[in-house]
Amino acid sequence: MDMIQPPHHKTVEAREKVVILFAGDSGDGIQLTGSQFTDTNALFGNDVSTFPNYPAEIRAPQGTLAGVSGFQLHFGSVDVFTPGDMCDTLVVMNAAALKVNLHKLKKGGIIIANSDGFDSKNLRLAGYPDEKNPLTDGSLDNYALHTVDVTKLTRNALEGTTLGMKEKDRSKNMFVLGFIHWMYGRKIEGPEKFLEAKFKAKPELLEANRKVLRAGYNYGDTSETFTTRFAVKPAPMPKGTYRNITGNQGVAIGLIAAAQKAGLELFYGSYPITPASDILHELSRNKHFGVKTFQAEDEIAAVCSAIGASYGGALGATASSGPGIALKGEALGLAVMLEIPLVVVNVQRGGPSTGMPTKTEQADLWQAIHGRNGEAPIPVIAASSPTDCFEMAYEAVKTAVEHMTPVILLTDGYMANGAEPWRFPEAKDLRPIVPPFAKPRETDEAESGTLSAAEGRVLSEVEAFLPYERDERGVRPWAIPGMKGLQHRIGGIEKEDKTGNISYDPLNHQRMVDLRAEKVAKIADGFRPIRLDSGPESGELLIVGWGSTYGAIRTAALDLQKEGHSVAHVHLRHLFPFNNGLRGLLQRYRKVLVPEMNKGQLRQLLRAEYLVDAQGLNKVQGLPFTAQEIRNAVLELLAR
Amino acid sequence: MSTVQPAAPAPKKIDYSSDQQVRWCPGCGDYSILKQVESVLQVKGRPKEEIVFISGIGCSSRFPYYLDTYGMHGIHGRAPAIASGLRSVQPDLSVWMITGDGDSLSIGGNHLIHLLRRNVDINVLLFNNEIYGLTKGQYSPTSPEGAISRSTPMGSTDHPFNPLALCKGADGTFISRTIDRDPKHMREVLLRADDHRGTSLVEIYQNCNVFNDGAFEVFTEKDSKPFHTIYVEQGKPLVFANGAKGIKLDGMTPVIVDLTNGTHSQDDLWVHDERDPFKASLLVRFFDDPRKEGALPRPFGVFFVSDRHTHETKMNAQVALAKQKQGDGDLDALLRGKQTWTIG
Repeated sequence: MDMIQPPHHKTVEAREKVVILFAGDSGDGIQLTGSQFTDTNALFGNDVSTFPNYPAEIRAPQGTLAGVSGFQLHFGSVDVFTPGDMCDTLVVMNAAALKVNLHKLKKGGIIIANSDGFDSKNLRLAGYPDEKNPLTDGSLDNYALHTVDVTKLTRNALEGTTLGMKEKDRSKNMFVLGFIHWMYGRKIEGPEKFLEAKFKAKPELLEANRKVLRAGYNYGDTSETFTTRFAVKPAPMPKGTYRNITGNQGVAIGLIAAAQKAGLELFYGSYPITPASDILHELSRNKHFGVKTFQAEDEIAAVCSAIGASYGGALGATASSGPGIALKGEALGLAVMLEIPLVVVNVQRGGPSTGMPTKTEQADLWQAIHGRNGEAPIPVIAASSPTDCFEMAYEAVKTAVEHMTPVILLTDGYMANGAEPWRFPEAKDLRPIVPPFAKPRETDEAESGTLSAAEGRVLSEVEAFLPYERDERGVRPWAIPGMKGLQHRIGGIEKEDKTGNISYDPLNHQRMVDLRAEKVAKIADGFRPIRLDSGPESGELLIVGWGSTYGAIRTAALDLQKEGHSVAHVHLRHLFPFNNGLRGLLQRYRKVLVPEMNKGQLRQLLRAEYLVDAQGLNKVQGLPFTAQEIRNAVLELLAR
Repeated sequence: MSTVQPAAPAPKKIDYSSDQQVRWCPGCGDYSILKQVESVLQVKGRPKEEIVFISGIGCSSRFPYYLDTYGMHGIHGRAPAIASGLRSVQPDLSVWMITGDGDSLSIGGNHLIHLLRRNVDINVLLFNNEIYGLTKGQYSPTSPEGAISRSTPMGSTDHPFNPLALCKGADGTFISRTIDRDPKHMREVLLRADDHRGTSLVEIYQNCNVFNDGAFEVFTEKDSKPFHTIYVEQGKPLVFANGAKGIKLDGMTPVIVDLTNGTHSQDDLWVHDERDPFKASLLVRFFDDPRKEGALPRPFGVFFVSDRHTHETKMNAQVALAKQKQGDGDLDALLRGKQTWTIG
C-alpha cells in the first residue's frame, strides 16, 4: 500500500531524534509492536537503539503494575547510542502502563492512551485512588494527551469477519503499529511483509491483521485530534549494508562464524535461563552449519558436555546467567587445568541468587574473574553493545582456541535483548583462527618402547608425546582422541610439567600455577593498543566504562566535550588480563570516574592493580544508566 | 628375483597398559576390573587412539591413568556429561566411563539418569563397593541401612539405592551386574556391554578391603555363593543352589521353589529373556538383604537389552537433515540475515 499523502491541515514537524516507549500488558503484543517499528526505521536509514523491558512472568496478572511490558525505541537522523533517557511519546495500552511509565515522559510529551484500558477494573488494578481516571481528571494537562479507543476501533475494522472477539482483540497492537507509522511518516510496507510471512498458512488472520494495521494508519490521517506528524530524516551513517541485530543474536552468530573460520564443529551445551536462552534458540536453528546444541539436564552438565566436546576436538561453548555460572564454577576450574578451549557466556542479570531475571546488571565481574577455587585464571572479556556481542563472541573463540583456555564473555540483559543496526562484515574479512593441533604420529612402536629399526634407538624415550609441552606463548598442543600415537591422560589433579602425569611435587605445583598464570597474562600481548572512545589524550577526567554502559557514557562524554570540558572516555573490553596500555592511560588524567551497574567491581580492580584513586558511579536498580546520570556525576567530580 | 614370500607377521597383541604405576590399595577389587578391561580391549583389538576412558572422582576414577588410551579424569559426578559431549562430536570412538557408587549415585545421580534416558553410546562401569573409599570410609548411597561407617558411628539412617532398579527406571537399554571375584563372568558381561549400541550399564560389585571388607562375601564365598546368587543366562531357566532351587513366577511375584522334592521341575521356572522389559524390572528388584530368611538370590548377568536409537545418531541425523534441506551453512548468508538495507 502506498503511503497516503497527509491532507493539508496536518503539519509536519522535523525532529533530529525521537524516543518512543510502547507499554501495556505483557500479553498486549508490545514487544512485537516495538520491534516492528524499529525495523521500519532502521530500513528507512535511521540509527536506532532499543530497550525491551518485560516482566519475568509469562502472563503476569492482567492489568497489574507487575504485568507491564515495555519497549523503548530511540531513532534518529543523528547517531544514537542509547535507547534514550526520557521519551517523547508514550503509548500506553492500559492504566497500569501509564502509572509505571509516566515518569519517563518528557514534560509536554505526547501520550497515546487506549481508553478501553482505563475502565474501572483497570484503574483499580493499577491502584489509581478511588478509580480516578487520569485521562479525564486533568492530571495529565501538562502533556499532549490523545485518547483513542483502540479496542473499539479494532473491532470495528474487523466487523463482518468470522473471527471471535478474543481473536479480534489480539490484533489491536496492529492498530497501534499502523497509527505510529502514520505519526512518524513511515510506510507500512515493512509490517505488511512481516504479516504476510507470519500468517502465510492462515490467510484469514493475515487479512484481519492487515486490515487493522491499515485502519490504524488511516485513523491518524482522518482523525481530527491529530494535527501533527513528525519527520525524522535518515542518519548520516557510514556507507554500507546494514541489518538489525540483538546482543544474543550477535553472540550466536559470532560463535558460529568463529567455529567456521577455525574449521571446528560448534557444540553448545546449555540449560535454559533468562536472559541467555535466546542464544540456544538461535543456535538450534542453525544446524546446517553443523552446530550441535545440547539442552543439558542442568548447568553443570551444560558446561561439562561442552568440555567433553572440546576434548573431542569441537569448539565447546555454553552460556548462562549469574546463578547458572555459579553452578559451572567447578567445571571452569577443570577447564583451566585441562587447558582446552571453552567459551562461557554470562548474560548478566540482577542478582544475587535469583535476583531480577529480566532486569540488567553488571555485578558478575568479580564472579567471572575470581569465582573459582585455587589459582584459576580465566580471560574475561566484555561486549559493550548488541553489535559488539558479535565481535567479542568471535574474539572469545579465537582466544580460547589459539591459547587453549576457557574464556568468559560478559554481556547483560540490556544488550542481549536490545537491538541496533549492524554493518555486518563479510566472511572473508573475519580474522583467521588457527587451532594449535598436535601432529598425529605413525609410530605405534614408540609407545611400547621397541627399537626403531631405522635408527636403532628407543623411540619412547626420544619421542614420547608431551601433552603439556608449551610453545613460546605458553600454549600446549591440542591432541584429540582418534589422533594416532598421541594417547595421553588429562584431568583435574595437578599435573607434572610437560608429561601431564599426576604430580604432588611442591615445586612442580608452584611451576604449573605460574605457567598457567603466565599463559593467560601473555594473551594481552596480542591486544590492539588501547584506544580512547572519545576525548583528549590527557586531561582532567577519564571515564572508564565497560559493558552495556557504553551508549550512555558515550552520549554524556560527547556532550561534555562539546561544552569544552576536559573529559575523555575509554571503554574496556578486556577485563582480565587488562590491556597493557591501561596503566599509562590512567596516569594521564587527574581524575578517574568508573560508572558501573554494580557496587564498584571494576573500580576496585583498577585501584588494586594500578593504585589509582578511581571514583565510582554505581547504580543497581535493574535499569541502565541514563546519559544524564553520567553527566551529572562527571560534573560533580570535576567540581570537587 | 626371489619368489619366496616372507610369512605374514602374526597380529601383534596390543599392550594397553600405560607406564603409570597402579596405586590402588593392595588387594583392592579394582585390580581385577582393570585386568578384565584390558583383556576385553585385547579381544576387540581396537587401536589405542580410538579408545577413551572418562571418569569422575573416587578410587575407581583413577582408572584412566593406567591405560595407554586417551583418558580424562574429570570432576566428581560429572563424567556422564563430559562423555555425552565427547560422544556427540566423536561418534566413532570407543568411549568408556568409569565411576563409583558415590560418584554416579550421589553427587552425579542426576547426570546418570539423564545419560541413560538419552542412551548415549558408552560403556559405563559402575564400581559399587558400598562405601566412600578415597575420602576414607564414609557410608555411601548404596550402603545398607544401619551401616556403621566413620560418618555413621550409630549406623546409617538412610535407605540405600538399588542401582539397577534406578537405571532400569531411567529406561537404560543395557542393564547388567557382575562381581570382581568372578573375572570370567565379568569378562563376558564386559564384552556384551561393549557390543551394545547405547548406554551399557555394568554394575560391578567391588570389594574395598580397607573400609568395607567383605561387603559382598556372601556372594563370593564357596559356602554361601550357591544359595545367595543366581547367574542368569538368555533362554535358560532361573536355577540356583547347585540346581536344587529355582525361581518361578507366580503372577507378578517371583517365588523360590524346590526342585528336589518333586513338586516343581525346571519346566515350571521363569525363563530368562533379556528382551522382556517387564521381567527385567522384576529381576533388578531381587535386592533382598541376604541375611533375611527366604531372601531371593542376588542375580548376576545381563538383565535387559533393548535397541533404542542412541542420542548421537538422532543428533547427527538432524544436522544431516538440516544440511540436506538448507544446504551447507553459508556464513555470508548468516551474517546478512533476513532483512538488510544499504546506505551509500
